[in-house]
Amino acid sequence: MSTIASPRKKFGINERIRFVGKPLVFTLALVPLVLIVLRVFGIVGDLGANPVEELLDHFGNWGLRFLLITLSVTPLRHIIGKPWPLRFRRMLGLFAFFYVVLHFSTYIWLDQGFALGAIIEDIIKRPFITLGLVSVLILLALALTSPHAARRRLGKRWQKLHYLIYPAAILTVWHFWWQVKKDIAEPLIYAVILALLLGFRMVHRQRAKRK
Amino acid sequence: MVKKTSSIKSSEITPESVYFNRRKFVQAAIAGGTLMAAGSACSRKIAMADVSSDANSTPDLKGVVPSSFSTDAAPNSWQDITTYNNFYEFGLGKDDPVNNVGSFNPEPWSVEVSGEAELIGKFAFEDILKPHALEERIYRLRCVEAWSMVIPWVGISLGDVLKRFKPTSKARYVEFKTLEDPKQMPGQRRAVLDWPYVEGLTIAEAMNPLAILAVGLYGKELPKQNGAPLRLVVPWKYGFKSIKSIVSIRFTEKKPRNTWFVSAPREYGFYANVNPEVDHPRWSQAKERPIGQGLFAKKIPTQMFNGYAEEVASLYDGLNLRKNF
Repeated sequence: MSTIASPRKKFGINERIRFVGKPLVFTLALVPLVLIVLRVFGIVGDLGANPVEELLDHFGNWGLRFLLITLSVTPLRHIIGKPWPLRFRRMLGLFAFFYVVLHFSTYIWLDQGFALGAIIEDIIKRPFITLGLVSVLILLALALTSPHAARRRLGKRWQKLHYLIYPAAILTVWHFWWQVKKDIAEPLIYAVILALLLGFRMVHRQRAKRK
Repeated sequence: MVKKTSSIKSSEITPESVYFNRRKFVQAAIAGGTLMAAGSACSRKIAMADVSSDANSTPDLKGVVPSSFSTDAAPNSWQDITTYNNFYEFGLGKDDPVNNVGSFNPEPWSVEVSGEAELIGKFAFEDILKPHALEERIYRLRCVEAWSMVIPWVGISLGDVLKRFKPTSKARYVEFKTLEDPKQMPGQRRAVLDWPYVEGLTIAEAMNPLAILAVGLYGKELPKQNGAPLRLVVPWKYGFKSIKSIVSIRFTEKKPRNTWFVSAPREYGFYANVNPEVDHPRWSQAKERPIGQGLFAKKIPTQMFNGYAEEVASLYDGLNLRKNF
């Protein structure tokens, strides 16, 4: 007899999140990785004439998308008036970090071929690379302090540190904006979504203060 | 595919006043033939590729001869050259051109010649081509975005074509324009650039034997996404100078305002010579990524004038290349 059918054990919100919600989100969050791996090996589609650029774009895009998804957890929580979305926030944030690391590694390895001199020059001379690196470092700090143990140890400082996700997201959109040659349509869409997500928080805080 | 060769006599299409000087034609053809002989003496092979099965394949061109200006480097595949394109008239993505050229019909085609020249008027594509030998020119192409390809163009000498219009002494520059027709070119429905696309060369640059008007690729007619039916190829300059689907050639006294310069004058100049020492404001131009060599291909150093310094460096004697980027 399965637990679901059992009348005594209630399959409540906690169980639903733990046994259905989280595995489902985890699997969905891996889909972009699976799709690109299939293309790398030419199983479904391919990477086209410039595979390195394709990988950079794919991982970069998904890193940014997961950052924005992570930032939409709090507004969603307030809109629906239920706390359960918070339970997914850490996983979503870690997936943002995961795709950003893949993007960064693609740059270091496949794009620059570990040429340290060229990488350092890029970081110093190219503002959009500098922005990207700062964002990677912020996200690294957030990922390292994401376990419960780290959170407990940092106490109140944890929240302060994790507010850095706001500048990280802004820098990431800016990084995208600065590297395109002409077509700002895509970074503009991300910028608008980010502005809405941050704007929601400001409005919400103002209202909370008034109360 | 509609046949290029028209059954109507060119004299019937072309207005009398602008009808070409036939003697000039013959002279140009002889000059072409001499070059041809010189080319074959160098025993460079015409690039071959099995592209006939490709869905994007175009009809064969006849009578293509090799050229001594070709590089020995192995050309990129037909697939790479025809699916990875910057042709904003059809969209901003690299695969947009190949996917969106369906409504573009480059036949019939004519070119308006105007400005400081004795022979001006509208010329049919076939008439522009007729007196010249079709040459295969395998050239390196360096995009301003820091990637590169090797492309087996088929084309005719730009200088030889321009001389037929008898530019006057006032003609210091040549300005080219791409077709503007948002119905055929869906990318023009958005004002991402100031349409139509404009490019220009100094007369001396245009007369350099490396500069060609390309009409083909891999011995076949130029695919639409590569700038059919007639495009410029100036291999020592960044790719955006090599304007596609040309409908206008104008001889001018003033320096043309080329589209990318107008769009971002700090980032793109008039000359746009390939130069590893002068970076783009936002990225390095010291190296380039060779297209079509897989995930693990190393970037290669970019060469001055894209490796054509011997042929073109003298054009820029005394010019500050950092200022005149």
